[in-house]
Amino acid sequence: MSLLEIENLTVEFQTAQGQFRAVDGVSLSVDQGELMAIVGESGSGKSVSMLALMGLLPWTATITADRLEFDGIDLVRQSARDRRKVIGKDMAMIFQEPMTSLNPCFTVGFQITEALKTHLGGSRATRRARAVELLNLVGLPEPERRLNAFPHQLSGGMNQRVMIAIAIACRPKLLIADEPTTALDVTIQAQILDLLLDLREKEGMALILITHDMGVVAETAERVSVQYAGQKVEEQKVRDLFRDPHHPYTSALLSALPERAQGKKLPTLPGVVPGLFDRPEGCLFAPRCAHAFDLCHKRQAVQAGAEDGFALCHTPLRKGVPTSLEGASLEGQVRS
Amino acid sequence: MIKLLFRRVGLMIPTFIGATLLSFLFIRMLPGDPVLLMAGERGMTDERYQRLLHEFGFDRPYWQQYLEYLWGVLQGDLGESFRTKVPVLQEFLTLFPATVELSLCAMLLATVIGIPAGVIAAIRRGRALDHGTMGTALVGYSMPIFWWALMLIIVVSGQWGLTPVSGRISLLYFFEPVTGFMLIDSLLSGQEGAFGSAVQHLILPTIVLGTIPLAVVARQTRSAMLEVLGEDYVRTARAKGLSPFRVVGIHALRNALIPVTTTIGLQIGVLFGGAILTETIFAWPGIGKWMIESVSARDYSVVQGGLLLIAVIVMVVNLMVDLMYGLINPKIRY
Amino acid sequence: MTDTTAVSTANAAPNNQAPVGPWREFWAYFSENKGAVAGLGFFVVLVVVALLADFIAPHDPIEQYREHFLVPPVWVDGGSWDFLLGTDAVGRDILSRLMFGARYSLFIGCIVVSGAAVVGIAIGLFAGYLGGWVDTVAMRVMDILLSYPPLLLALVFVAILGPGLENAIVAIAVIQLPHYVRLTRASVMSERNRDYVTSARVAGAGTLRLVTVTILPNCMAPIIVQAALSFSTAILDAAALGFLGMGAQPPLPEWGTMLAEAREFILRAWWVVTFPGVAILVTVLAINLMGDGLRDALDPKLKRS
Repeated sequence: MSLLEIENLTVEFQTAQGQFRAVDGVSLSVDQGELMAIVGESGSGKSVSMLALMGLLPWTATITADRLEFDGIDLVRQSARDRRKVIGKDMAMIFQEPMTSLNPCFTVGFQITEALKTHLGGSRATRRARAVELLNLVGLPEPERRLNAFPHQLSGGMNQRVMIAIAIACRPKLLIADEPTTALDVTIQAQILDLLLDLREKEGMALILITHDMGVVAETAERVSVQYAGQKVEEQKVRDLFRDPHHPYTSALLSALPERAQGKKLPTLPGVVPGLFDRPEGCLFAPRCAHAFDLCHKRQAVQAGAEDGFALCHTPLRKGVPTSLEGASLEGQVRS
Repeated sequence: MIKLLFRRVGLMIPTFIGATLLSFLFIRMLPGDPVLLMAGERGMTDERYQRLLHEFGFDRPYWQQYLEYLWGVLQGDLGESFRTKVPVLQEFLTLFPATVELSLCAMLLATVIGIPAGVIAAIRRGRALDHGTMGTALVGYSMPIFWWALMLIIVVSGQWGLTPVSGRISLLYFFEPVTGFMLIDSLLSGQEGAFGSAVQHLILPTIVLGTIPLAVVARQTRSAMLEVLGEDYVRTARAKGLSPFRVVGIHALRNALIPVTTTIGLQIGVLFGGAILTETIFAWPGIGKWMIESVSARDYSVVQGGLLLIAVIVMVVNLMVDLMYGLINPKIRY
Repeated sequence: MTDTTAVSTANAAPNNQAPVGPWREFWAYFSENKGAVAGLGFFVVLVVVALLADFIAPHDPIEQYREHFLVPPVWVDGGSWDFLLGTDAVGRDILSRLMFGARYSLFIGCIVVSGAAVVGIAIGLFAGYLGGWVDTVAMRVMDILLSYPPLLLALVFVAILGPGLENAIVAIAVIQLPHYVRLTRASVMSERNRDYVTSARVAGAGTLRLVTVTILPNCMAPIIVQAALSFSTAILDAAALGFLGMGAQPPLPEWGTMLAEAREFILRAWWVVTFPGVAILVTVLAINLMGDGLRDALDPKLKRS
């Protein structure tokens, strides 16, 4: 049985201009101790779906799902009070901006022991000892002294280590890392990533890594879910995905990697993720797709089978070539 | 932190000198003969006029007069009231506790109600409770407090007969002031009912003087909370699985209090202004009433001295607010 | 044919919204705030009443009807249709006095705000742009003015100048000066080193032109909001001075002065005390509501949060 089961998760935001669907029918399952990556551009809804899982969205968000199960607990029917017993304990999350994600008014020690106190109790001395142990674990030098430091006295990389220490304080079964290295220096990025992988090994927890960096995915993950405009467009094993991407979006992301580029100029993907006003009526990716047919602009894409990586596409790619489409004429092909 | 203290005190020196200059010039800018104004006498003999002219120093050059005045001020000599012939400083010190007692109660009211009101409005943002609270706060902020005082007197004292209309304590009780604070002195006196009477006398003036600070604190708390609630660290706190009470009451409020503290401190100056009106209406024997009476009675040495003393107090309070800001904001403390 | 239509709708959707003028945009934000619109509505009515007081007031504001001392409002026993809101202790019609009083309050607000704003902005502009000793002296003087409770300072100025409406206006304008100076200076300091100012200077603009034509328009939003808020403060302070006998002198129907005259009747004739205060409160409230709306509409930082 898998640790996390998400089926058909949809998140909508109430805005002054109307309902905005940030996550659109996403499904996902993660096994115990597995490393899963979710990839997509900004605005693809990858953070929002995880925030929805954690119950961290503001009240303007409406969350619906056919199934939302973690560790055998049904999160859909669970009260907010019961949810709080799970999040921060068995399911924890770290965020993109380490400098603003820690409370500037409290010491690092307070913020770590607070998580311990809430979920595990124990005496002040044991909590403190555990905090020192945690800071050691995340590789922060002089942990005893750091406990009394305020976040603004530490660097971004150190703060992200503190965030990780808080997240793993109660030995979670699942850690969600939301672009944990984006805001950091390039040299620190690799260190933090290694630390996360290392901790996953040691603690035996599952890790969901949200990123927009295909390079990171290639080095770390086992399975990848690619999201675009709130929809999951493809899901595959990492090795298979890199060898044979089935969705044109995945293909475009991969060919934008410097390591895979052919020729002198790095290929780019034109345009941006559709927003509230410019949502296409057909396939959401069609306006930017290199292989779009006229059908793609008119009818919403359908999900392909497992052999095509569940690609959300009328004509999933095989070895970079679109499969033929029943009833669609190749003459009507439009490139936009 | 020590550096901050020295810098702030250093900044106060020119302001203090400016305040003494303003007080010094005040007497000399008044229309009419300064000697007659200072002495407050009419029809004095020429001989006495010359003696007073020399005594007050109006026959010497301005810069010399100012230095003498400044020298006197630094030694605590602010002249004496011509009405009572009591030194200004001594009168001030006798009346000051009454104003402090009233101001502290008003500030307490503003903080104890204003901060929770602002927090609740912020977490119920955009809903009826938010609109209701902030609407009420804006009415309070727009209140002409002298009229508000009269309305409260009409209803609470006149129609319901609940509170007395003037003074600090009922005439039935008499005791020598020890601290000058009626709430403490009435307890120390051991007289039955004295404390209750002192509290009753405080209620209306506290409400009147506290109304505008209350509105300001509530509005400021709400906007500070709204800003803080959108911060990443609040999301982190929620991601830890903390209760909403702890997330709002500890993580968010602790940060929101930093700007709110400054606001509360800056209300002290406003409070002294409000005290003039409140004390006048409720016959509260404090600094505000003393100042307005001295202005009306043309007791200018009192006005001159009181002006300087109040400026110094506001400066000291502002200094304390700055230091307080440093104390509660770890980014400045370390 | 069909496919081209589909593509063009998909691409053309974001271009539908035509850019709107600054006034339209301002009004769109301002009118979203219902309180601000209500405040504006009341304010307009008040201005009309003040302008037309000569024609719509039922009585002369200072005429004393000897047979009608302390007549209660019309809906109370003993009230009369001749005096809708009753009469005061010397038989003057309260409604008429309130209508004429609106003139004084609005007049005070206008003069104080324009006086304090013009002088304060000028000082702030030059202090902020020139820096150096001009800045130091100006800011120290403002610090000194700010270390007094505003009302006390106004009282002292009135004591120097002598009681009266004009002197009260001057005194209140002086105590509001520091806010404009500080606000303008802070804006100028932050704008001074922006690229557009540098480019204007490189293009050869003189200091005066640089400060007034180039920088000032970019600092106006907070100043406009301050002006709205200080309009209401001015009305409150003037009423307070009137109440203390230091502002407008009887028999002028200024609202604060009316309250001062009515004080001794508070337990006998509530209406003499109630209505002038209600007039002050509602006027100040309306202006503050407008001020809040202005702030929300003009401050892009707070706009969409």
